[in-house]
Amino acid sequence: MNGQHTPQVPNDRPIRLYTPPATLTGKLWAWRYLILRRFTQLGVLLLFFGTAHWGWQVMGAPLLTGNLSASEFAGLIPMADPFAALQILATRHMLASEVLIGAGIVLVFYTLVGGRMFCAWVCPVNAVSDLAAWLQTRLGWGNALHLQRNLRYYALGLALLLSAATGLAAFEWVSPIAMLHREAIFGVGMGLIGVAGIFLFDLMVLRHGWCGHLCPLGAFYALLGRFAQLRVRFDARTCSRCGECIRVCPEPQVLKLDQAAQAGMVRSGECTNCLRCVPICPEDSLSFDLRPLIRSHNARALE
Amino acid sequence: MPAGASAGRRAFLVRLTQGAALAASTGLVWTYVLRNQARATPFALRPPGARPEPEFNALCIKCGQCVNACPYDTLRLATAWEPRPIGSPYFLPRQVPCYMCVDIPCMKACPTGALSPQLTDIRHARMGLAVIDSESCLSWNGMRCEICYLACPVKGKAISIERRPGPEGAYALMVPIVHSAHCTGCGVCEKKCPTQEAAIRVVQADLVKGEMGEHYRLRRDGLALPAQDGAAAPAPPTVSNRRPDKGASVPGLDVLNEGI
Repeated sequence: MNGQHTPQVPNDRPIRLYTPPATLTGKLWAWRYLILRRFTQLGVLLLFFGTAHWGWQVMGAPLLTGNLSASEFAGLIPMADPFAALQILATRHMLASEVLIGAGIVLVFYTLVGGRMFCAWVCPVNAVSDLAAWLQTRLGWGNALHLQRNLRYYALGLALLLSAATGLAAFEWVSPIAMLHREAIFGVGMGLIGVAGIFLFDLMVLRHGWCGHLCPLGAFYALLGRFAQLRVRFDARTCSRCGECIRVCPEPQVLKLDQAAQAGMVRSGECTNCLRCVPICPEDSLSFDLRPLIRSHNARALE
Repeated sequence: MPAGASAGRRAFLVRLTQGAALAASTGLVWTYVLRNQARATPFALRPPGARPEPEFNALCIKCGQCVNACPYDTLRLATAWEPRPIGSPYFLPRQVPCYMCVDIPCMKACPTGALSPQLTDIRHARMGLAVIDSESCLSWNGMRCEICYLACPVKGKAISIERRPGPEGAYALMVPIVHSAHCTGCGVCEKKCPTQEAAIRVVQADLVKGEMGEHYRLRRDGLALPAQDGAAAPAPPTVSNRRPDKGASVPGLDVLNEGI
């Protein structure tokens, strides 16, 4: 058993696989980040919905008006989808300052916390994609198609190109994310067909097919994610290379453990900071930390 | 050149061509969808202050803040497969018209400028233009309805009641006339019109509005005269009444009005 295919392990730890906790509290604890993510996803939706339909207010102003494309918090803080703003600018129309400031705020926020944190913690399509992936595993179905994950960057480029060519924000006019969020807040309609399409595609054709391969918004945030200050820390000294993290990761290409061992963290912007890998690691080699802290931690570990 | 390098370059060029073909085909379908969506624009009455259409379609980020700001729940966002551009705000006056808030909250809520902040007086809004179907209008059929005139928020200016001669031997008609110089397209008239289907309705102005042209002048009493000082009239669009070359008698324009 030992001789033939031993992965390159920098330490001699025996491989232990993840054992799911038996108790409910143990399970809830293991799912803590998943529960938190669903909570923020639904919470954001609820804030928008409550403001639109139940008149939620704070300090006499609407609590959170609009949707993920553009919004305003408490009548004070504008927020806007920077990718949507970029597409509109690509049509060579000048936007009002409010939406530019809002896009700047969101841009800075996600550049700091990890661009694709939007994908895992805010975007409502994430829950659909995760459900399809979970069901696919349950049913034991494989993928019907292989696509390269960098297709999304081409979709991003094409969206900007078509915005310039047609004078319309190309992705915003077809985005299933915007459709789902809009119709969840402002009234259900046929836009849910887009979401149903993603569900079927992810379930039947390709696991995480939309979010992990095609979505240009995810690509946009992946580009921002390179500068993220919140990162998954990787401790190579305790890792036994069991591969459990790669198995649960929706973007497994970000867990190149040799590179992560060098950097002491997962550096790829495509990491969504969903933190699935953290509780599942049997050796507690993965954790969640700020980039400067990771650096100082690593420096101390080297001494 | 080594054979390996040449084969590598060839493979690279093939990949490049394939990638370009994929991008081009996706782009064509994508563009078709976008164009189809944008073509539905004439069927959407926009909130007050909306910029003219190519600009509005480009600028509107589909956030719905105007919808939330409207105190009358007039505005809604188009869902997919409606005959209106997806996600953009519009209103259906027969259901809920625009009640022309003087502070224009929808326009103020717009973060992108798709609803132009240059609109400071709601009476200058041009959401559409009311048009009257005189065949089903009660006033045009001899009743003293005049509800549109009474309901109009720009009263007496956007809709006036004017005297028209009735049928021979009957009393004169008092009919509503819309004046595009003042009609904001708010649609209160359409909402209040008592006929089964509204006899007055708001449509986008450029769908129904003609233009007389500069070669016509108006007399002091308002009637039109052709220009006298040699101002050339632009050629009107011509309609060919040429018969098909073959087949001697094809019934057409020449017989349709026979006996009149």
